Amino acid sequence: MKRGKKIRAFLIFMAPSFLGVAVFVILPFGDVVKRSFTTAVTGNFTGLANYITIFHNQAFMIAVKNTLKFTLVCIPLLVSIGFLIAMPLSGIKESGLIKSIYLFPMAMPTATIVMVWKMVFYKQGFINLVLTEIGKWTGLWGEIHTGYLDTDAAFWVLVCSYIWKNTGYTVVLWLSGILGIPAELLDAARVDGAGKYKRIWYIILPNLKGTLYTIVILSFLNSFKIYREAYLVAGAYPHRSIYLLQHTFNNWFVNMEFDKMAAAAVCTGSFLLVVILLLQKVWDKDEA
Amino acid sequence: MKNQKQIYKNDKIKQNIIANLNKAFVMAVLILPGIFVVFPVIILITGSVMDQYELKGYLSSVFMDELSFISWKLMPDYPSFANYKKLLFQDPSFFILFWNSMRMTACIIGGQLLIGVPAAWAFAVYKVRAGKLLFAFYVVLMLLPFQVTMLSNYLVLNKLSLLNTDKAVILPAIFSTFPIFLCYGGFRSIPAQLFEAARVDGAGEGIIFSRIGLPLGKSGILSAIVLGFLEYWNMMEQPMAFIDDKSLWPLSLYLPEITWTKAGYAFCASFITLIPAVFVFVMGQDYLEQGIIYSGLKE
Repeated sequence: MKRGKKIRAFLIFMAPSFLGVAVFVILPFGDVVKRSFTTAVTGNFTGLANYITIFHNQAFMIAVKNTLKFTLVCIPLLVSIGFLIAMPLSGIKESGLIKSIYLFPMAMPTATIVMVWKMVFYKQGFINLVLTEIGKWTGLWGEIHTGYLDTDAAFWVLVCSYIWKNTGYTVVLWLSGILGIPAELLDAARVDGAGKYKRIWYIILPNLKGTLYTIVILSFLNSFKIYREAYLVAGAYPHRSIYLLQHTFNNWFVNMEFDKMAAAAVCTGSFLLVVILLLQKVWDKDEA
Repeated sequence: MKNQKQIYKNDKIKQNIIANLNKAFVMAVLILPGIFVVFPVIILITGSVMDQYELKGYLSSVFMDELSFISWKLMPDYPSFANYKKLLFQDPSFFILFWNSMRMTACIIGGQLLIGVPAAWAFAVYKVRAGKLLFAFYVVLMLLPFQVTMLSNYLVLNKLSLLNTDKAVILPAIFSTFPIFLCYGGFRSIPAQLFEAARVDGAGEGIIFSRIGLPLGKSGILSAIVLGFLEYWNMMEQPMAFIDDKSLWPLSLYLPEITWTKAGYAFCASFITLIPAVFVFVMGQDYLEQGIIYSGLKE
């Protein structure tokens, strides 16, 4: 195919999408960058004032800290849990049903199970009921009345519901990675006398770097959606251990504090861009 | 000799039994978490067919802040379909919201396919140098969370005076770059020689796209539909930010508004909301898995 013709075809097929992206993302984001350097109401140029404000804003800093903590706890946890499930699953032929079970939470709209979550985690909820029963049975502790949603434990409630919702696709991805490893490689290692764990460590894991990259990226993308659970279970101003970046953005939006929002959007966007590019670079290096 | 054979045979049977036991054990351990998955659904179903006074008795300790614990019965003492009757026959507002959700989801997915499928085709088939760069840019766009683009979305919607209409949610979602990657995965799996052969036979690019690309790349398109439905049926952030008028809300925003005092109604509404998602999940599970795998493809 001639180069000119190829470029023309590319442009024609690409045009609608690119125009839409330009109108809805690129151009307005330019406006946001501009706004991040001006005041909200009058639009006067203020230099870095907005950036300085947000970095002195206590709520924003708590939110940044919590969001980072959440990602750093959840992603490694999710990646390993997914692998621990996928590894034995790869040896079973009838894995369809089990995969469906793990994937199912992905299909459950958050709003439909919020009430159940509340029933589980409230002070008088199911968890405390079960714990108290166990305590009674073993005689080790008495009744437990911790309210998980208004203490530091709220953070772990979010972690649990994130894992609950996202394990399914990590299992699917790991599984497709593990099953994609050529059987000859594993057989050769077996003949050479490598045991099960040695095979996992020296053959399977090094072959799954691409899969790992994918899983990290996707679970990162989905980690921002935990806001739904946090908001629905605990409202716009939850306990400070689960006050996330998403809460800050939303509350600024409600209060029309667009100058801070613009600065925070630029910061968050650039930070994510750097992280994504770094991840891509690390991965490309491994490929080469 | 015969004896030895017997021993050998016995050993083999023993090994078989152990292997089978092992397998059963692994299966059991892996299915165990299934309890956690099924648990919320069971609560929803039993709660929705309970008499309101019975339900109140079980839940009162939770919302009245008493010291006694929550209780539950898997088989209601006083089963009642009053909630379903109210929801389906007496309360038109639920229908409006259900329809809102359906319309939004359908418009978004339809629009995404119209825009995204050709774009995915362009990325997969016409390898131009700028395309690689644009692809990387689209990956970044796909990964930006809604909160980062919330203000820019708001500015555009405000300028086009679309705020507080359902288009405020539909239009930006149509240009999401996520479905492009799913469709791209489908198109990439078609061998390029096919296109060359068609070109030699004199087919134009449009014909190649519609006659070869669409039928052979349909797994990517279908997975975009399945994943898209699950995503947008569950959409909350966008309508919460851009739609004030509650009569335009999707179900996913309305459900959390129902208070504890109407818990039975909430269970019932939640269960009905769950049905379309489960339907799509069951029908499209293969494409869902395919889509998850495609979404990890890189150029």
